[in-house]
Amino acid sequence: MKAYDIVIVGGGPAGLAAAASAKKAGIDSILILERDKELGGILNQCIHNGFGLHTFKEELTGPEYAGRFIDIVEDLKIEYMLNTMVMDISADKIVTAMNREDGMFQIKATTVILAMGCRERPRGALNIPGYRPAGIFSAGTAQRLVNMEGYMPGKEVVILGSGDIGLIMARRMTLEGAKVKVVAELMPYSGGLKRNIVQCLDDFGIPLKLSHTVVDIKGKERVEGITIAEVGKDGKPIPGTEEEYSCDTLLLSCGLIPENELSRGMGVEMSPITSGPIVNESLETNIPGVFACGNVLHVHDLVDYVSEEAGRAGENAAKFVKNGGKAATGESVEIIATEGARYTVPKTINIDRMDDLLTVRFRVGAVFKDSFISVYYNDERVLHRKKNVMAPGEMEQIILQKKELAAYNGLKTITVKIEKE
Amino acid sequence: MNPKDSFLFGSIFIDAEKEKDMYDVVIIGAGVSGCAVARELSRYQVSVCVVDKCEDVCCGTSKANSAIVHAGFDAESGSLMAKLNVEGNAMMDALSKELDFPFRRNGSMVVCTSEDELDGLKVLYDRGVKNGVPNLKILNREEAHKMEPNLADDVCGALYAPTGGIVCPFNMTIALAENAFENGAEFKFDTEVTGIVKGDGSYTLKTGKGDIEARYVVNAAGVYADDFHNMVSAKKIHITPRRGDYCLLDHTAGTHVDKTVFALPTKYGKGVLVTPTIHGNLLVGPTAIDIEDKEGVNTTREGLDELTQRASLSVKNIPMRQVITSFAGLRAHEDGHEFIIGEVEDAKQFIDVAGIESPGLSSAPAIGVMVADLLRDLMHLEKKADFKATRKGILNPSELSLEERNKLIKENPAYGTIICRCEMVTEGEIIDSIRRPLGARSLDGIKRRTRAGMGRCQAGFCSPRSMEILERELSMKQEDITKAGGASKIVVGRTKEQ
Amino acid sequence: MEKIELTCIGCPLGCQITVEKENGEIKSLTGYTCPRGKAYAEKEVTNPTRIVTSTVKVTGGEKPYVSVKTKSDIPKSMIFDVMKEINKVTAKAPIAIGDILLDNVAGTGVPVIATKATR
Repeated sequence: MKAYDIVIVGGGPAGLAAAASAKKAGIDSILILERDKELGGILNQCIHNGFGLHTFKEELTGPEYAGRFIDIVEDLKIEYMLNTMVMDISADKIVTAMNREDGMFQIKATTVILAMGCRERPRGALNIPGYRPAGIFSAGTAQRLVNMEGYMPGKEVVILGSGDIGLIMARRMTLEGAKVKVVAELMPYSGGLKRNIVQCLDDFGIPLKLSHTVVDIKGKERVEGITIAEVGKDGKPIPGTEEEYSCDTLLLSCGLIPENELSRGMGVEMSPITSGPIVNESLETNIPGVFACGNVLHVHDLVDYVSEEAGRAGENAAKFVKNGGKAATGESVEIIATEGARYTVPKTINIDRMDDLLTVRFRVGAVFKDSFISVYYNDERVLHRKKNVMAPGEMEQIILQKKELAAYNGLKTITVKIEKE
Repeated sequence: MNPKDSFLFGSIFIDAEKEKDMYDVVIIGAGVSGCAVARELSRYQVSVCVVDKCEDVCCGTSKANSAIVHAGFDAESGSLMAKLNVEGNAMMDALSKELDFPFRRNGSMVVCTSEDELDGLKVLYDRGVKNGVPNLKILNREEAHKMEPNLADDVCGALYAPTGGIVCPFNMTIALAENAFENGAEFKFDTEVTGIVKGDGSYTLKTGKGDIEARYVVNAAGVYADDFHNMVSAKKIHITPRRGDYCLLDHTAGTHVDKTVFALPTKYGKGVLVTPTIHGNLLVGPTAIDIEDKEGVNTTREGLDELTQRASLSVKNIPMRQVITSFAGLRAHEDGHEFIIGEVEDAKQFIDVAGIESPGLSSAPAIGVMVADLLRDLMHLEKKADFKATRKGILNPSELSLEERNKLIKENPAYGTIICRCEMVTEGEIIDSIRRPLGARSLDGIKRRTRAGMGRCQAGFCSPRSMEILERELSMKQEDITKAGGASKIVVGRTKEQ
Repeated sequence: MEKIELTCIGCPLGCQITVEKENGEIKSLTGYTCPRGKAYAEKEVTNPTRIVTSTVKVTGGEKPYVSVKTKSDIPKSMIFDVMKEINKVTAKAPIAIGDILLDNVAGTGVPVIATKATR
């Protein structure tokens, strides 16, 4: 059986950044396993611009952003296998993978970095009633068809969900000659970035209807019409508010789900909030030597943050290898997310192992205006930062200092919450 | 050419022409009943053709149901339903092995939630015994909860039927059809029968693709069976499409229950059930809503809400967040709630297989034999010497050892490429599903045969890949690929063509 | 007097900015809360521009399309003119990131360049 110090599952933005930083940290034995026919992951189909403002200080398209990291991985001569599906990872880090040339094979890994990304929530998970004709696509599938395969999914489009991919596809379909009639969003706020609402909807006069959902799909063979209705505070459609749009296509952009089937299979402990692994300050799961980063850990808003986080996962994996694969010892402090803060990544901190500065990322559960991000050590408030607006569509972050935590006597918990004052 | 030759030539020509459009038996409907009849008939020296308006087998009632093999205690004792249910159930083990489709006897439970319903269980028990259902047992509260720990707390007793089972209705129907085809039965898809004209000793079926002559007609048309019956008989029958909404949950919920859990029946059917599927999902359904439209397979919000609420009466903590799809199917409910199987009194040579609602899937193997026996006697059919009783399904590589799998990939590298990540379906399986007899021609055809696209992402990732394979294998343009035949095209054209 | 309502895209705050214009000149600018918002609004009402991203047909390559963008922003009013030109282009593989596939698209003076390599 072949053995590697670090096996990275997924060659998208997270996997590439993790590989590059692990290599730079001095590990040579690294293998990236990618299921698609090229590196870059979902960025290959995200041909729009707006990537890389933090990482490269310029605005790049998805393929360009991926291209930068692919070049780094190539220059560093990091090994990767394409068209290779990881079928299973055992708790003792035997990775079983498969491709056409090598068949099914196993690799012994000292560390595993989970970087599988996420998938889209399908129609069924949304419980939208109606017929099940052709012409219903998740926005990402439509994006792949238009941008990579060169096919038009439809001519007249209704979009449910104002996630970023949905907004981007509203513009993309419009540019390719389709008519996007409306974007309906169940929540009273958009799940996407503000700039996408302006540049993808407003620029083209596409209406965004907040607090609306699809209540019926017409058409037995191909979509013929979509009925949307306003929803009340209970999230249920309000009778009498139905509006019907004749169209041939329904795109769904209703949230992303981390793809953690492999993680669950190997016994990684999961967060019911993020649907991703629960990790410590090293982005390490409950299984020592198994790390997670990118959208498989929690769904990010910007790829720049994925790269940054994955870089840390790569460094930590390298550290683990250099320490001879020994599990961490010592006490950990738990971070409690409450009152508006839905979760934090990481969830626990071992102060001895943390970097001098540690970025903790989280999302809020509703729109907050003129509110404060507060951090408590035990019962003492140590941070109270005003934010004019916070929305579930965008990630928030706080930075914790090692020396401050280490100096705090009897630190048991760190609490992150949103406060009005 | 002398006149005699010309005459002979002409005669042969006409015979050949006739041969093409004339069959001893035409079966209307390629659902599980029609395919079971075709398969059993293909044992005999007789020409058989199955016609269906859809592009594939298993497109109507057979594709959207509870996928249950009922034990047989529901139907009235002495009814044809009861008889064929119990017979069909007993045939299922051998048939599933012979034709290589998945079937498991997981056992079923009918539960009640109040003491005064316990009598209802006894009624079912007695009926079951009378119908010939083996090994029935009434369980008290403790026994029931011990057997199925996720039963709702209110459940105070259950009827347990160890012979209840779960089956893949797609693969069962497809297996019957493939085997019939291999034994000489013909299939005409996209061929809607629009009229039936009674002739002298035969029937002419008017279809969108020309006339078909049949000495005998088998009417296995599901919710449309009344329409065809009423074309030839003065004694009308009436079938109501009774819609059932279902929710299918991800594999992660697949072990929530092990047995099929029914609530005590009501006048609208067997009530909402919660069951594992043969492929490891959890299925919740159906509702029972009588409708007019025979294509009305749209789910409704009320229906889906009702499901969730009613299912929770018998099983607790169903993880409805794990729903991956919802769908609706139509049951062909005949007014008398009984299978109508036999030669129509005032239309000789016209055989009804009508009113086949639940337990139709369970009964299908027995229906096939019953109708084949009937036709054998009517037509004095002789057995074929070369009937091939077995059929091999699509290879499932996940059942192979590592060594076997690698040998397979070496021989055919397509088995080394995963197309559907959720259900781990390889390119090899998809190619097989297209190339085999009566192969898949649409995304749904692939899905029903291989499960590609049936998983938690609902074809988000694999549909572009499956389309590429269809394009290559069938030399068709992607613009012409459909979800399920007809006008259900996936894409409407290429970009850059404005 | 022309009154224009804008949503600032500078940050998540999304300030509603009101601009009043007369004869192409900005008369008043209200609602912004930072200098970036002011700058955005000024440009947006005088000369709004956008980067256009799309795809271009490819012959002789391993993929039938390659992703492209306008190398810099073009006037917002020209988006569909630019698309029309982009749709007519067929590029020949191999293509490197940054290759100019169409010069001076729709008379904007801006080239359309490949954003992905194709062999």
